[in-house]
Amino acid sequence: MSDTDEEVITEAHGAGGGQMRELIEELAVSRFEDGAADVPLAALDDGSVQRLANGGGSLVVTTDSHVVKPQFFRGGDIGRLAVSGTVNDLAMMGATEPIALTCSLIVEAGTPVETVERVMESMGETSEEAGAPITTGDTKVMGSGDIDTIAINTTGVGVVPQGSHVPDAGLSTGDKLIVTGTIGDHGISLLSEREGFDFEGDLESDVAPVNDLVATAMDAGEVTAMKDPTRGGLATSLNEMASKAEVGIEIDETAIPISGAVASAGEVLGIEPLNVANEGKVVMGVESDDADAVLAAIQAHPQGEDAAIVGEVVADHAGRVILDTGFGNRYLSEPEGEQLPRIC
Amino acid sequence: MAVDTGDQDLQFRDPEKAEQLTDKLESLMDDIGEPVTIMHVCGSHEQAIAKYGLRSLLPDGLTIRMGPGCPVCVTDMPEVDEAVTLAEDGKIVATYGDMLRVPGTEQSLDDAKADGADVRVVYSASEAAEIAEEEDREVVFFATGFETTAAPTAAVLVDDPPENFSVLSAHKYVPPAMEIVAELPDTDVDGFLAAGHAATITGYGLFEEFVEEYETPAVVGGFEPIDILFGLARLLEFIRDDEPGLANAYQRCVTEEGNVPAKELMWDVFETTTGEWRGIAEVPDADLILSEEYSEYDARERFEIEPDVGGADPLTEDCICGDIMAGTADPDECPLFGEECTPQNPVGACMVSSEGPCKIWLEYGGQPDI
Repeated sequence: MSDTDEEVITEAHGAGGGQMRELIEELAVSRFEDGAADVPLAALDDGSVQRLANGGGSLVVTTDSHVVKPQFFRGGDIGRLAVSGTVNDLAMMGATEPIALTCSLIVEAGTPVETVERVMESMGETSEEAGAPITTGDTKVMGSGDIDTIAINTTGVGVVPQGSHVPDAGLSTGDKLIVTGTIGDHGISLLSEREGFDFEGDLESDVAPVNDLVATAMDAGEVTAMKDPTRGGLATSLNEMASKAEVGIEIDETAIPISGAVASAGEVLGIEPLNVANEGKVVMGVESDDADAVLAAIQAHPQGEDAAIVGEVVADHAGRVILDTGFGNRYLSEPEGEQLPRIC
Repeated sequence: MAVDTGDQDLQFRDPEKAEQLTDKLESLMDDIGEPVTIMHVCGSHEQAIAKYGLRSLLPDGLTIRMGPGCPVCVTDMPEVDEAVTLAEDGKIVATYGDMLRVPGTEQSLDDAKADGADVRVVYSASEAAEIAEEEDREVVFFATGFETTAAPTAAVLVDDPPENFSVLSAHKYVPPAMEIVAELPDTDVDGFLAAGHAATITGYGLFEEFVEEYETPAVVGGFEPIDILFGLARLLEFIRDDEPGLANAYQRCVTEEGNVPAKELMWDVFETTTGEWRGIAEVPDADLILSEEYSEYDARERFEIEPDVGGADPLTEDCICGDIMAGTADPDECPLFGEECTPQNPVGACMVSSEGPCKIWLEYGGQPDI
């Protein structure tokens, strides 16, 4: 026990699950004005949606801060992550053509200039790839040891026609659920690297902007809800979607695309691929009649060849996700706290 | 007594085979015609059962209960207190990561670490001995786990470890715990799915006496979904035939004698003594302590620990870890489950380890009515 009973922030509060949501609701949301928004802060969606005057569409705004260990990893780096994360949050609201991004850097004194240079280079390349220009920014330097090397905040702005945004609460009974590719790549790859496991094979992060892929899907049919399953993984995203729409979700675990490398590393580490972050994947609800067409369009996209229909929305079990494991059924729960490799 | 080793041509993750076995369970339960309770005594069994949703496949009337199968869960509070005392006293305490958050009487090792103690996570006993080689200070390996980790601890001790290395043994021996559970008045178990990992070391033959004495069938089982369903089917066959039999349903890893060199090593270094298993009871001959020959490496002797185990019991009145490990309650019957007791802030030890029943139920969604 600590010397006092004072409540403190723990790493679990940042792990993306229920604890983080409670913290945000209690500390921040209750103290901030919402304004008149189609999607306000209190919705805790990937971004907010505000109507512009004169029918000029709706403004989508999102912001994200990025810290990651290690900062350069197989498949990407913190710069690519910072741009992709924000571009993807805009895309999850339906804003697939970002107008502008910001880049706010906080750097630890003593960091080699070359490190920052590599990160900036990567941000530039990724912003070009996503068609999302970085138009303003800020830089702060903190003392040695006051921050771990580099943290990046990016804010993104986009516009959608009024009323056409996609909320994460939009599922209805009968919708099919599609994931756009293999699950768990980023989280399992990073955990392996962090723990010093050198698994053979092609484990690497999937970090990438997915706005073009999302645009392709939205052109092919009615997408009712979307999330990019980052912290907390697919399990958290599905639970959020079920709970916000007050519907049940049934998932066929055997249909979820998971690479062989991720599956075996997950078993060795004792980590569920469904519970860890993805940085280049989407889980979306699609109207039943459109599901095949949307799936085909996604699969024809270079980022979507492994996409699959993994489940559907049901009226029973409101707010819960049922996983058919191929053997029996169980609830798919949100992971609690940071995912740690099995030790003993 | 029959020792049936059964059909081992198993496809471990074959849903079709699972369906056949489920049908077999149904038909066996029809033959038996009354409710049956099976207990497993291994956290990895619980993990596989929960992860693959196997409870949803079981026929009506067949219940699987968890026993004291998680070494972290049954490590007693005074044992944690001993480790905390040594850490606070300036020794380097090395232990498995799962032990860090287990609540002691006042503190966990994690708390001690936060207060400045040198507590290190290791993956093996030999890693702890390596730390001792590199450091001038005393290094104590807080050794927990059943036979599967006791044997490697023994291997380090017979290999002439550094002088500044010692072992605080909280190792436990599985078979006597099954006897205690079989004797608990409120625990009504018709058969045991015995722990495959521990049997890898000790061999399945070890359970013969237990089966004879308690007239309860036991099947040593593996950890794949098909392994478990197959083990359950063998148990139901014994129960249907009213035969207290023993079977090895984990042939690819377990033999009748076990790993003889590892077993010999273990019994060279350790001897059994009566000890308290957290939440269960005092269990005769179930704690492993260092034998006289290795007493120079016994942290209890070297540092003359006299832990003050008094003070408030952090297991609140509402915590039902004891009932869960005794097989009389499920984790979600605990009023603290997932609310006041979480993996980040465990009240009871069952919520700490990845082998702990409460942690497993929280992770895999408990027992769904689906």
